[in-house]
Amino acid sequence: MTDATGPIARQAGSRSLLTPDARTKKRNAAEARFRAYGVAAIVTAVLALCFLLFTIIRDGHSAFQQTYASIPVTLQAEIVDPEGNRDPAEMAKVYSMSYGRILDDALTQWIEAEGIEIEGLEASDIKGFFSGEAQATLRSQILADPELVGTTVDMTALTSSRVDGMFKARVTEESAARDAKTSPAQIALANAMKDRGALVTRFNTGFLTKPDASDNRAEAAGIGVAILGSLYMMLIVLVLALPIGVAASIYLEEFAPKNRFTDLIEVNISNLAAVPSIVFGILGLAAFINFAGLPRSAPIVGGLVLTLMTLPTIIISTRAALKAVPPSIRDAALGVGASRMQSVFHHVLPLAMPGILTGTIIGLAQALGETAPLLLIGMVAFVSTYPAAPPEGFFDPASALPVQVYNWTQRADPAFFERASGAIIVLLVFLLCMNLLAIWLRRKFERRW
Amino acid sequence: MSMRIITTSALAIIAASATVATAQSRDQIQVAGSSTVLPYATIASEAFAENFDFPAPVVEGGGSSAGLKQFCEGVGEGTIDVANASRQIKDSEREECAANGVANIMEVRIGYDGIVFASDIDGNDFVFTPTDWFMALGKNVVVDGAVQENTFTNWNEVNADLPDQEIMAFIPGTKHGTREVFEEKVILQGCEDSGAMAAFAEANGGDEDKAEEMCMEIRTDGKSVDIDGDYTETLARIDSAKNGIGVFGLSFYENNTDKLKVATMSGVTPSTETIASGEYPVSRPLFFYVKKDHIGVIPGLKEYTEFFVSDAMAGPGGPLSEYGLVPDPELAATQAAVAEEAVMQ
Repeated sequence: MTDATGPIARQAGSRSLLTPDARTKKRNAAEARFRAYGVAAIVTAVLALCFLLFTIIRDGHSAFQQTYASIPVTLQAEIVDPEGNRDPAEMAKVYSMSYGRILDDALTQWIEAEGIEIEGLEASDIKGFFSGEAQATLRSQILADPELVGTTVDMTALTSSRVDGMFKARVTEESAARDAKTSPAQIALANAMKDRGALVTRFNTGFLTKPDASDNRAEAAGIGVAILGSLYMMLIVLVLALPIGVAASIYLEEFAPKNRFTDLIEVNISNLAAVPSIVFGILGLAAFINFAGLPRSAPIVGGLVLTLMTLPTIIISTRAALKAVPPSIRDAALGVGASRMQSVFHHVLPLAMPGILTGTIIGLAQALGETAPLLLIGMVAFVSTYPAAPPEGFFDPASALPVQVYNWTQRADPAFFERASGAIIVLLVFLLCMNLLAIWLRRKFERRW
Repeated sequence: MSMRIITTSALAIIAASATVATAQSRDQIQVAGSSTVLPYATIASEAFAENFDFPAPVVEGGGSSAGLKQFCEGVGEGTIDVANASRQIKDSEREECAANGVANIMEVRIGYDGIVFASDIDGNDFVFTPTDWFMALGKNVVVDGAVQENTFTNWNEVNADLPDQEIMAFIPGTKHGTREVFEEKVILQGCEDSGAMAAFAEANGGDEDKAEEMCMEIRTDGKSVDIDGDYTETLARIDSAKNGIGVFGLSFYENNTDKLKVATMSGVTPSTETIASGEYPVSRPLFFYVKKDHIGVIPGLKEYTEFFVSDAMAGPGGPLSEYGLVPDPELAATQAAVAEEAVMQ
């Protein structure tokens, strides 16, 4: 026997373990290559993510800043109250468009008073300086307080998207010279105003709170209605999908007999999770709007559609969480005389909760970013009125964050592109918060066996 | 415990929703239709809400045909009140409407929209005629009297006066109303002007319908690209392919004059003035349609309609013309028709 091992031992002993032979070298090289591929994959993914974040933040950060002008405005009686009776009902007949002249005159007077002289400054540069929103603000101020007529007030007003763009590098001397809606003279005017402190660029709270604005007023557009609409929809999804999903998975996992029928249900649920979301939109249009007669563009319909879409995700993750609870827990509970329902509700469910919550939050996050099904049920509408408080508000028209982004990318004014990117940033922040919450819940309540 | 709260609140929401749904009547106007009219409708909606005590109308896009289809689904609060259209309603659509009980329709013309041809701001200048476009984009062209497949690759081959630049056109896809106008007022016109129509008719034994069809066939060898998205996509394409020429709405061009250079058509530069006077050939009227039966049911519908076509909105210098709408010279007649709620016959 020793003879037989002799040559092998000699062969093995002929080389040191520290000097690898050709095959080992080959295996080591293969491993090194595989690791390099892995690192390359991660680097690619990280680079793609960085590029994405970089472009979005580069394009969108300026949406959070806005330029306002503040100058004294004389509220000329002959424009705001042509009848001279100071009767709010009569004054309400003067459309906001007429208030543009008040602002134009105020700016002209201010330029004269400050002694600013700009070559080539035309009437159109003055007319296009303020946002249309400023006229509307002025009008509602005067209607609320008719005493103001004839007086001079200091007014802080939104400037137009072109003027705003001058302080965001969107409008340059070069582009202004070619642009029909602005001019180098308008840039000079804006700079002169800035030097005298009549123009300030500050944080844009309106972007987060105001409703969408028309194509003429990119500077006034905000995501207030979209945030409310998304919030309402998430509430509906949470309140409907969580109990239905959890009840369905508890029954399937803990009580249902294992037979063909439950197998069929299981396969169907897994398949539903992979169904393209647009299909749910078509379903929602047919079932909730055309059949059930629910209103278009309403968060209730969006919420119901997203509930259908989120259910499979919640059911699958809940079942996984329930499965992860060791059988010994159930056995122990049953062993001391608990009923099956008691064992589930007193022992299994609390232990599965972190997993269920994580699944729910991930499902919600997915629903928050969903656009396609909402296109079909009228959520891509122009909605500039806030929905009421729930539950009536669920039936009022509203927008949703991802849909607002889609909507803004299609508008002609380049300022909307900046706002679309800004809305993406807000959406990403929400998603990040939800995912962080999911991680925190998991870490806090997770138990290992 | 938490389960019970969630279940109870779910049931409560469903119950509350059901009662609200049955009790609620719609108090805001609903509008859908043409994406060309959409910006004007949003401007009108916004101004309407700030000048009247009604909530802002909800405006959806989706295209003229889709809007009119929704419009014709029936009468009642579950259906839309106004359909925007960049073309006139078709007879087939009116029949569909009538079959569903939508009998009293008010047609409102808000103004005109120009279709312009524009290229990158730093590129060559173009002076087009419809013939140039037909010769460049038609699937079949007539060369030396013979009908043949289009093989032109550069604009100067089509017309020696045009610059030596590769033919690359971004035209609206077939689902757009703009495509119809483009085919009719540019391609078909060019086909007739160049005499190709007569040649096609001859080749088909005098069949003029067939000739017209041949005229409107667009080449498919990649020189002409259909854009199914909107003008922002066309602009992005031109941005990446500097030698491209795109078809835009006048209002879109006017908002992006720092990036685009507009071409003249038959010697006329497009502008609200030249379109209003009829000199610039490629334009079309814009409409919206109102269900008369909804006036008095949906609050503010009549006021919205009147406000939309008022001089302050749709007239020269109003917010709509500021955005690029060409004011209708016969606006007064439209206003009168709206005031007396005249329906289509």
